[in-house]
Amino acid sequence: MIAELGLAVLWMAAALAVLQLVAGVLALRPEGRQLAGLVRPVAVVQGALVAVAFAALVSLFLTTDLSVKLVAENSHSMKPFIFKLAGTWGNHEGSMLLWVTIMGVAGGFVALIEKRLPENTLIATLAGQAFVSLGFYAFLLLSSNPFERLAEPAPEGAGLNPLLQDIGLAFHPPTLYVGYVGLSIAFSFAIGALVTRDVGPAFARAMRPWVLGAWIFLTLGITAGSYWAYYTLGWGGWWFWDPVENASLMPWLAATALLHSCSVLASRNALKAWTVMLGVIAFSMSMVGTFLVRSGILTSVHAFAVDPERGSFILALLAVYIGGALTLFGLRASTVTEGARFSFVSREAALVLNNVMLCGILGIVLIGTLYPLLTEAMGVKVSVGPPYFNPVSAVFAIPMMLVMGVGPLLRWRQDSLEGKGAARITLPVGICALLSAAVLLGVVLFAHHIKLLPALGLAVAAGLAPASFLPLRGRNLRRTPLPTWGMVIGHFGIAVALFGMASESAFSTEKLAAMRPGDVQQVGPWTVKLDGIGPVAGPNWTALEATVAAGYESAAPVMLHPQARTFSNPPGNRTESALKTRWNGQLYAVLGEEGDDGRWQMRFWWKPFVPMIWYGGALIALGGLLALLGRVAADIRRLVATDKIAYRRMKQGR
Amino acid sequence: MSAEAKKKPGLAIWLPLILFAGFFALVIWGLVRPADREVASAFIGKPLPAFDLPPASDDRPGLSTMVFKAGKPRLLNVFASWCVPCAVESPQLAFLASKGVEIDGVAIRDRKPDVARFLAQNGNPFARIGKDDLSQVQLAIGSSGVPETFVVDGKGVIRYQHIGDIRAEDVPMILRKLEEAGQ
Repeated sequence: MIAELGLAVLWMAAALAVLQLVAGVLALRPEGRQLAGLVRPVAVVQGALVAVAFAALVSLFLTTDLSVKLVAENSHSMKPFIFKLAGTWGNHEGSMLLWVTIMGVAGGFVALIEKRLPENTLIATLAGQAFVSLGFYAFLLLSSNPFERLAEPAPEGAGLNPLLQDIGLAFHPPTLYVGYVGLSIAFSFAIGALVTRDVGPAFARAMRPWVLGAWIFLTLGITAGSYWAYYTLGWGGWWFWDPVENASLMPWLAATALLHSCSVLASRNALKAWTVMLGVIAFSMSMVGTFLVRSGILTSVHAFAVDPERGSFILALLAVYIGGALTLFGLRASTVTEGARFSFVSREAALVLNNVMLCGILGIVLIGTLYPLLTEAMGVKVSVGPPYFNPVSAVFAIPMMLVMGVGPLLRWRQDSLEGKGAARITLPVGICALLSAAVLLGVVLFAHHIKLLPALGLAVAAGLAPASFLPLRGRNLRRTPLPTWGMVIGHFGIAVALFGMASESAFSTEKLAAMRPGDVQQVGPWTVKLDGIGPVAGPNWTALEATVAAGYESAAPVMLHPQARTFSNPPGNRTESALKTRWNGQLYAVLGEEGDDGRWQMRFWWKPFVPMIWYGGALIALGGLLALLGRVAADIRRLVATDKIAYRRMKQGR
Repeated sequence: MSAEAKKKPGLAIWLPLILFAGFFALVIWGLVRPADREVASAFIGKPLPAFDLPPASDDRPGLSTMVFKAGKPRLLNVFASWCVPCAVESPQLAFLASKGVEIDGVAIRDRKPDVARFLAQNGNPFARIGKDDLSQVQLAIGSSGVPETFVVDGKGVIRYQHIGDIRAEDVPMILRKLEEAGQ
């Protein structure tokens, strides 16, 4: 019953999306004006219906209804509750349903609360949103129905890939998804504004919370994904420039640029065409990312998600939406009126630089990701790795971070770095720059072994960390608006993460040793002793587990248990590294194979301050959250105020 | 900055669409290209380097480059007695040998008694077996692991490199490669 209900409701939601699109398009013409009132309620109902469909699928998974094909293939009656829940979206059909659900609910939410935009722009936005949703409805209903029944109920479910039965991985994909789909709202706003040629501060303010929300989720998703790869893959690295990692990084870069250009448009009515363009690009990157992951066109560690046919479908959607949007942009951008002007030294100019640099990095990552495919088209097979990505993206990232220290202190429109008033900027920034220079000099004088990039990273982080707090100088901290706090914390998070990255590559100590039980090795400040190796068994794996006593300098040793796990069904091996975190870094231990002579391959890393990378990521997301809360609170206050005014007017009979 | 760019929109506005079209064409090509995703060996089309290996087995001669210039395509199988997939592929090698394919072996980092035990257990499809204790030949022909199988034509030029064990379903392909090498 529930499966049929879900499918019926999904069809109804798709039909309403058609209505939303058609009514929206007609309402924009003079002869269809009377349809204008229809668009908002339809969007709300569509959102509600698709949410019901998703709830139906969740309940099928929670009750493990084995007569439903998707449940039988991806779940198991004995799975813990949390993995039953995660099983809903841990497969292709469910994740597509999650995608349209977020889109539908978000669209309904926009229809319900958005009152700032001119009505026509909003109608065009909702029509655009319906148009994008329709592609995914078609995908679901025509080729990947999640509610399909089996002729005979299966006796038991097939279970979920054991590698995916990890609490982090249960929530990593939906987090990224929310980010990807959130950008679709920004995309729809951009389309709506292009259609009505109404690109202005109201558009930017309406779009900003959605971009912020999506950006927070992307930040969290990337940070969590990076930590997962770090502790589970056992290579001691935290970012591999894998195509799928890049696929999540590219929308983040575009969204970061969009976030900043939005604030220029909202405050100063400048960068109009550019902001619209970024709105299109950000969502394009989400779809390109989804396409790259699903199509298997590039070789990657995420190969379990691959299906070429589905890839082609996503590619077709990509062509329609992005090709269409860019054509619309080409036709309309020249008629979007020119924005307000600003001088070379101004906050706008700093933000433009930030945008250009972010887009530069985006281009670098995109080219690097597609390069193997490009050269293959010309007959050569290559792979591109950190030797390309690290230095080339640093060329853009380092100037960007330098400007990041100064930009927030500049005035809008025009400022000066000379003359009397300029000391409020030049003095504190000069002190921060001196800090950077001192760190760089220290590295050159006392630590020759540190390579150029980590040295630059340490230096920039040292200057940027204090500089990110400068916008608070001279302010009453209790009256400082939340978005300003958000910016400060977000920028500080960048400095913290940069410090972690630079420190990881500058100071890591690696030790590869063949050890017998009883052997002792020195890894940086740690003394590690292999106590013994024994078998352990888990629910669906067996493992060899080493017991390692690790002592930091002269402190009492702590026990670490790295494992080499062997999964039985489906068969596979996975190393389970053991980590010991201190305030100043992490000890990372991996158990390798047994040699001919009875000694064990052990690998140890001491990585000073490496957790700062993920603390930094969390801080960046926290900054975004504060900014979002500030914006939403202001919106609510304004809504309440306008309602009160309307109510009073009504009472007075005006 | 942006104000200047907007004065002459012209082609710049269409640039994203053009780039997108390029991306689209590239991935379309990527989707329809042949499914062969293996990295082609850089050694294909190159002659075998000169080598002369001592025998690894008492009942078979050693292996030198001269054998491969006799005018008939042959298989060169890189194996080792300590390698499990090598034992797995032995029925396929035996089948190929029964079809009249001449197979020469290179035993990597091995000992004569172990090779003898391996051949006794898994059969001996080899015409000659060279003993490569330092992996010199293995590295010189661009092989990074065991087992690997090379199709070498009658002039001693490498025509195909098969990485990993030969599965039953690979056999027709290997025979085809040999036939192509013979033409």
